[in-house]
Amino acid sequence: MNNVRDKKRANKSLPFFFRTEFKVFFAIILVSTILLISTFSFDTVPPILNRGIQPATFPKGLLVLIIGLTSIIYYLSFKKPWKKEKSLPKPFFLTILSFIIFIIISKTLDFFLAISVLSIFVSYYWGERRIFYLLLVSIIFPLVVFIFFEMILGLRFPPGIITNLYYY
Amino acid sequence: MVAPLFSSKLLLVLLFGTLFGLVLGVLPGLGPTTGGALILPFTMTLDPLSAIILLTSIYCAGTYGGAITAVLINTPGTPAAAATCLDGYPLAQKGEAGRALGMATVSSTVGGIFSVIVLVFFAPILANLAYEFGQPEYFALAIFGLTMLASIGDGSPIKNLIAGAFGILISTVGKDFMTSIDRFTYGINELSVGIGFIPVVVGLFAISEMLTQSTLLDQVFKRVALKAVKLPTKDDYKKTWKTILRSSGIGSFIGVLPAEGGTVASLIGYSEAKRFSKNPEEFGKGSVEGIAGAEAANNAATGGAMVPTLALGIPGSATTAVILTGLIIHGVRPGPDLFKEQPEFLYGIFGAMLVANVLFFIFGFFGAKIFARITLVPNKILWPMIFAVSVCGTYSLSQSIIDVWIMLFFGVLGFFMRRYGFSVVPVIIGLILGELVEGTLRQSIVIFDGNWLMFLTRPIALTFFILSLIALAFPLIRSKKNKKII
Repeated sequence: MNNVRDKKRANKSLPFFFRTEFKVFFAIILVSTILLISTFSFDTVPPILNRGIQPATFPKGLLVLIIGLTSIIYYLSFKKPWKKEKSLPKPFFLTILSFIIFIIISKTLDFFLAISVLSIFVSYYWGERRIFYLLLVSIIFPLVVFIFFEMILGLRFPPGIITNLYYY
Repeated sequence: MVAPLFSSKLLLVLLFGTLFGLVLGVLPGLGPTTGGALILPFTMTLDPLSAIILLTSIYCAGTYGGAITAVLINTPGTPAAAATCLDGYPLAQKGEAGRALGMATVSSTVGGIFSVIVLVFFAPILANLAYEFGQPEYFALAIFGLTMLASIGDGSPIKNLIAGAFGILISTVGKDFMTSIDRFTYGINELSVGIGFIPVVVGLFAISEMLTQSTLLDQVFKRVALKAVKLPTKDDYKKTWKTILRSSGIGSFIGVLPAEGGTVASLIGYSEAKRFSKNPEEFGKGSVEGIAGAEAANNAATGGAMVPTLALGIPGSATTAVILTGLIIHGVRPGPDLFKEQPEFLYGIFGAMLVANVLFFIFGFFGAKIFARITLVPNKILWPMIFAVSVCGTYSLSQSIIDVWIMLFFGVLGFFMRRYGFSVVPVIIGLILGELVEGTLRQSIVIFDGNWLMFLTRPIALTFFILSLIALAFPLIRSKKNKKII
């Protein structure tokens, strides 16, 4: 009972832009609008080469459809009771952070070093403290994966400080 | 039909695929779609038939594997096993885990084999019909496929449509295939070739699931002990044979329609089993009919979903979209010509699916206890390993680091899509159908000399458009009943 009352109160007291539906609606409309604007900068082809429609027409139609359908969802969401989203836990943000670290290391230092760093980072912050398992996920397993892809599939990985030790 | 499989290499591939599929199905969060996408780069070392046999056996076994975790830890290994939890776990809690898994194994096998028979008979018929199709008909068919996502897909109809349109939009990134004009590339050369299917699938399924798991670290599974899987008794068979047959039919039919395949099929199979049951009050409390209804339907959807995939090149589910990509990567173009020119290739696939269903019955019956132990691998060890394989697998296809970043982007996007009630499956279907939709639309406009109304003069295209309208109207009618449209 209290729960229902709290929800009703929360719904009334919070401005509309705090509602989850609005945030989702806003994000989709904003991105779609930016993409729609960018379609106007696409090159056009002369009528003789134009097969049916211009290259920008089809994406434009899709973006207008997405914006229209999102608006319908937003309108219909007013009829739905307000639902408070559970906030995301710390490990989620740490995992996102590990992705960013992965991108930076893979771009600047080494692809496999990036995998190792991400693996140990994620495993540790998700609660693993045993050294053997941390070594397993960060060194042994990526090494097995590297050998497998390199030897069996004949794949050449991007150069980097560790990968170069193998290649040169 | 199984004659092409009498080679040690193909049998080995089939065995590996079935075992790997079972492992993927058992692990919550993974599944045949993610597993298929992860293994796709490895198939490059195989010949086309072996590659597709590997993918289809993963599909069949992975769909069944989800039932093991659904029964033992009340967590569906795959979304298609969600309905199995409703009665599988309560029955296991009563100390009858072996009986629950036995029923799941038998009904999955029957459903799977039934759907292969449907595939063998209906795929060639559909392929023959497809000879009548021109560009306008293919366009109308693709539109019908996309609207079906709204009609019978899992989740909100409008959100499914948005996700489907987004998937098509992704397919427009890169050089326009007709005029070579760059679209949404923003000066990044690597985007000129477009966004690959694998980075998107691995991102939306594997990486987004990794992020989801990061929010569930404090979740504790209550595990039910399993002594041995038991074959259903005579009484159980008497109670369930009609349900199994009905659900096999439902699953095969739902599978043929381009939607979310097994997930929707199992929910409908379960609810129909309850509707026809003499003891509906037992549902939710450990009814064997409930398990049979859900499991026969989700496995029957596997063969059904392969019908449009092979006959028309239109995927019936997310996993068949991966299989379709596998076919294209290996230079096999699905469609009516495939049935005419390479029948032995198709018989190989049909036979492999049939044998995979028998194999997962044997493995499930004797090895469910061992497979259940795989769930004991903690997420903090499992997911960093999956990440390593995802990254290398995604990189390996076109040896582009941009693909890895695209995968991460779609991983984060997929997480938020799921969080806010958008299914990621329509994105996959939209992405794979995107080129077909745009290409056939533009070619049709050329054929019709810009007169859009000419679409209405083509009977087959008109039929698909009418069906599309019905598919769009259906959720509105349904929402009057259960108020679910957003």
